[in-house]
Amino acid sequence: MAAWLGWKIESNWTDPFLFTIYSIVKPLAAAMILVVMYGVITNNQFGSPVFAYLFIGNAFYQYVANVMVGVSWAIVDDREHYCTLKYLYVSPISIPYYLMGRGVARVLITTFSVFIIMVVGVAFLHIPFNPAQINWPLFVLSLVIGIIMLAMLGLLLAGVTLRMAQYSFNIGDSVAGALYLFSGAIFPLEVLPAFLRPLGYIMPISYWLELIRRSLVGGVAESFPTFAAISDVNLLLILAALSVLFGVVSVWAWKKFDWEARERGLLDQTNNY
Amino acid sequence: MPMLPPVSKRHTGWRLFLMTVIGRSYPRVVGMQRERSWIFFDTFLPMLSVAAYVFVYRAIKAPEDYVGFVVVGGAMMAYWMNVLWSMASQLYWEKETGNLALYIISPGSMMAILLGMALGGLFATTLRAVGIILLGSLLFQVHFVIASATQLILVFFLTMVSLYGLGMMTASLFLLLSREAWHISNLAQEPIFLISGFYFPIKNFPAWVPMVGSFIPLTLGMDAMRQLAFASGPSLGWISVNIEIMGLIVLSIMFLMGARLLLNYMERLAVREGRLTESRG
Repeated sequence: MAAWLGWKIESNWTDPFLFTIYSIVKPLAAAMILVVMYGVITNNQFGSPVFAYLFIGNAFYQYVANVMVGVSWAIVDDREHYCTLKYLYVSPISIPYYLMGRGVARVLITTFSVFIIMVVGVAFLHIPFNPAQINWPLFVLSLVIGIIMLAMLGLLLAGVTLRMAQYSFNIGDSVAGALYLFSGAIFPLEVLPAFLRPLGYIMPISYWLELIRRSLVGGVAESFPTFAAISDVNLLLILAALSVLFGVVSVWAWKKFDWEARERGLLDQTNNY
Repeated sequence: MPMLPPVSKRHTGWRLFLMTVIGRSYPRVVGMQRERSWIFFDTFLPMLSVAAYVFVYRAIKAPEDYVGFVVVGGAMMAYWMNVLWSMASQLYWEKETGNLALYIISPGSMMAILLGMALGGLFATTLRAVGIILLGSLLFQVHFVIASATQLILVFFLTMVSLYGLGMMTASLFLLLSREAWHISNLAQEPIFLISGFYFPIKNFPAWVPMVGSFIPLTLGMDAMRQLAFASGPSLGWISVNIEIMGLIVLSIMFLMGARLLLNYMERLAVREGRLTESRG
């Protein structure tokens, strides 16, 4: 039901055609910024492994920005905009499940956007994509673990959002922006200054994006040194272990912040920003 | 409850206009500085994307001037976001919070209210943009080569006049769009960053793209600024700076007149239908 509600909230402001255009144009334009930047400097050498690296990383990063931020944004939306959060709390539902359900609509929309971006990349920008060479089990497994991991990170952010008032609008974008920088989404972690690289190595998103790249275009992804020494299985194990770790932290943080928000009467706190 | 003193002097004409401008710009100038977290987020968030794009250029071994283009683009992005979310969408937010009806029945001109919003927003955003330029220049060692300071200041001034004129004009349009305002503002981010060339010279596009993009004043403004502030700028410019200055003058006049016409239309609509301040969620 929460997923259905999420879908209605995301899409009911317009007709389906306009909504489809909206869902395509925004992420495609973001991808095209990188494409033009790359093309200007390299004189359109789109066959290079560097381009495939940044294009695929950027495309799948849409999940981070939409799923993680989407789950936490439901708190802002229901508390500030619709003023329904306190009613949800007194209804006989589990709030974390409700938040996850709200995230499902974002997963569907994002999957559609990522698909379109990848089609454009393969059709017009020479992304070396061969369905017969894709490691489908690795891709599906990585994608599923990744989406669950992002939803759990979203729960962590939702807890933080619940506890905050005037900063809650920016927290999701800040985290998504920082992860874009530190997760090696659009450039290898070696490009970062040495003291910043550990931030990338402790984030599960870095391993998740690497697995997605390897499963889709194995040879290209392996030509970068960041995780070259780690096998697919080990990468998967690291991703799973970090996802469990962050999942446990997220559940603990949610319970703590949820309790504090109830105790301090923050459930219906609005600031009209 | 203490009573407010009676109004001893009623202002009319240009004095009322000026007081309305000052009154509406005051909360933007003072209020935004009081909420310190906004200063941090408004500087920090653009810096994250600036840093990401800088590292992309470094990964593909771009000339160092491109790093400077990204820093300038990040600073100008603060203005675009301000125009989008605090000008174009503002009357819609005012409707949602119940202020719009008060604006309409107040003796102050709506044009003065929008102008106050623009000037207050421009001031507050300039503080953030300067922060981004300083921080970005220090962190990434940007090297500026100013060809003409006078022209650079003129281009910046005209870009701001036309940009905030655009914001004033679209405020009325967005008000009529109701809930779609949020989504249209969202949609006017990445596509505009792309066609306006926030992070790269627009010269690299087919000619029709910058021509279409020129309706956004930042397209011409940033192209001219790149030509005037970087060593490689002139060779990467789309058209000459003088033509871009002329274009910005035309856009300024067009958008300010458009703002006036659309506000009049909106006020007529408010009187005729009586539904303009109705919130539809």
